[in-house]
Amino acid sequence: MIADINLKGRKVVIHDMSLRDGMHAKREQISVEQMVQIATALDAAGVPYIQVTHGAGLGGNSLQHGFAPHSNEDYISAVAGKMKQAKVSVLLIPGLGTMKELQSAYDAGARAVHVATHCTEADTSPQHIAFCRKLGMDTNGFLMMAHLNTAEGLAKQGKLMESYGANTVYITDSAGYMLPGDVKDRVAALRAVLNPETEIGFHGHHNMGMGIANSIAAIEAGATRIDTSVAGLGAGAGNTPTEVFVAVCERMGIVTGCDLFQLMDMAEDMIVPMMEHMVRVDRASLTLGFAGVYSTFLLHAKRAGERFGIPARDILVELGRKKMIGGQEDMIVDTAMTMAKERGLLKEIAV
Amino acid sequence: MKKIKCALIGSGNIGTDLIYKLQRSPLLEPVWMVGIDPESEGLARARDMGLKTTADGVDGLLPHVLADGIQIAFDATSAYVHAENSRKLNELGVMMIDLTPAAIGPLCVPPVNLKAHAEKVEMNVNMISCAGQATIPIVYAVSSVQPVGYGEIVASLASKSIGPGTRANLDEFTYTTSNAIEIVGGARKGKALAIINPADPPMMMRNTISCLTDDEPDQERITASVLAMIKEVQKYVPGYRLVNGPLFDGKRVTVFMEVAGLGDYLPKYAGNLDIMTAAATRTAEMFAEEILAGSIQLKSLEVA
Repeated sequence: MIADINLKGRKVVIHDMSLRDGMHAKREQISVEQMVQIATALDAAGVPYIQVTHGAGLGGNSLQHGFAPHSNEDYISAVAGKMKQAKVSVLLIPGLGTMKELQSAYDAGARAVHVATHCTEADTSPQHIAFCRKLGMDTNGFLMMAHLNTAEGLAKQGKLMESYGANTVYITDSAGYMLPGDVKDRVAALRAVLNPETEIGFHGHHNMGMGIANSIAAIEAGATRIDTSVAGLGAGAGNTPTEVFVAVCERMGIVTGCDLFQLMDMAEDMIVPMMEHMVRVDRASLTLGFAGVYSTFLLHAKRAGERFGIPARDILVELGRKKMIGGQEDMIVDTAMTMAKERGLLKEIAV
Repeated sequence: MKKIKCALIGSGNIGTDLIYKLQRSPLLEPVWMVGIDPESEGLARARDMGLKTTADGVDGLLPHVLADGIQIAFDATSAYVHAENSRKLNELGVMMIDLTPAAIGPLCVPPVNLKAHAEKVEMNVNMISCAGQATIPIVYAVSSVQPVGYGEIVASLASKSIGPGTRANLDEFTYTTSNAIEIVGGARKGKALAIINPADPPMMMRNTISCLTDDEPDQERITASVLAMIKEVQKYVPGYRLVNGPLFDGKRVTVFMEVAGLGDYLPKYAGNLDIMTAAATRTAEMFAEEILAGSIQLKSLEVA
């Protein structure tokens, strides 16, 4: 099916997530030195956008999402100062990050932003998107957990983000749930309603092993921006691996402007050695993809499972059933405790 | 028994829900509802429920304040217009209960500090936010046992319960709530997170409150204090319920709450709406009791 469409000469902009989504896989523990080293290598390999913040973005430092060893501003300014061609980007989720934090990220050197909402709640982002545009930032509306909305629904939400000022709208497969056909339908529906100058992006997770295939499907349907991470360093089974994606693009004649061999070396020599666990499709991450659960929940569910004696897979399936979305990490411990009470592993407090 | 007459400004979800709460109150009587759109559903409903209405904003109410004996007004509009509304009504001796994030008056969480505000005859008190009303009592219950360096709350809200005003101004919600966790809750630093969940059927409002105590938490005393506080809040929000915790994790104390509403205007999942309007009603009742007993007298604020 893929081979039917000739993508030769198509230009695609890579937005690297290793230093933002990758923070999730590292329990937010990446040092400023590591960030600078990795970002410098990405910059040298020709990657045009590099996202750098706490895994949950601006305002992410919290008990809910974990504390990074440094402030977002420290990471951004250290990396931005070393970039020769790449732009530094940040993530902002309204309800978590605020415009004050956006201003301070901009002052530290951030010039692009993913403004992220759940896929049905775009109307919580107008003030933030407008503010990013006012600052002159490359502004991407980022519709998370996109499998939970229809193609038509996403088209409406994307149109809202465009009306607030987003120059790109992303279909974000936060759960790594989608299959290529799901991605194509959604990107095509967006392409049909957005202004021609508004770009479309795709952000994948590899929980069902579909990161590359889904990204190519998105390009076929009109996407021009793809989020990736070197060696897939990201939440769940990781993001679409940058080096694999670039290799596939080269074979298909898609132009990324990135150096394949440099990225391969980075993956092998720099990223894999720093992984605390192998970021791959395993029992728990596959459960995320299969059940449609937010990828970031993975490590939280493993920890809560160990503490309360409930298998992580049971917790993840229950979170999927309750339709919990990105940002509700507190509900993981809550759900584990409730399940532990039901199974007689935890005593009910006498009220 | 004599009741204190009230005006409701803003004809959205909050204003409409307040009509139900005030009509049940033994001390309060809703008389006016103020809107800005003559076609609005909220104003039509208010008329059906026996209230006088105006679509000319607060200026449409002012000529009737003295004749109709309005003594308390609830403002459920927006932070941007609240200051003007308050100034105009205070001048006529009307006490304001502010349900916007404007917070020009002192912040009020009934079981924590309402009595103090009523004794001082504050002419404008602010109700913070739904998440603030649902979480600050717990932060206070911990900080009244031992010092809390950091308090963080996560509010999960059903998408269907969040009106357009809140959606477009999430930052104001964040700032107001974080600030109140410090000032009223007693944490030295506060942080508030909000998540809007579209699950269908809609999820009940959930709140997770985490506190970092300076020293090892006294588990027994904190648990007792939290349980006692929950009973206080249940006096005006019966659906305020402990789901899990208090969970102790080093110096971290975590409490998992759920708020079911009374289902007056919006269904029970909208506990966020209910806890806000119930707290505002409770606040007005406390002032009304004092006014009716003659122990406080509202004063019109002379403008110099």
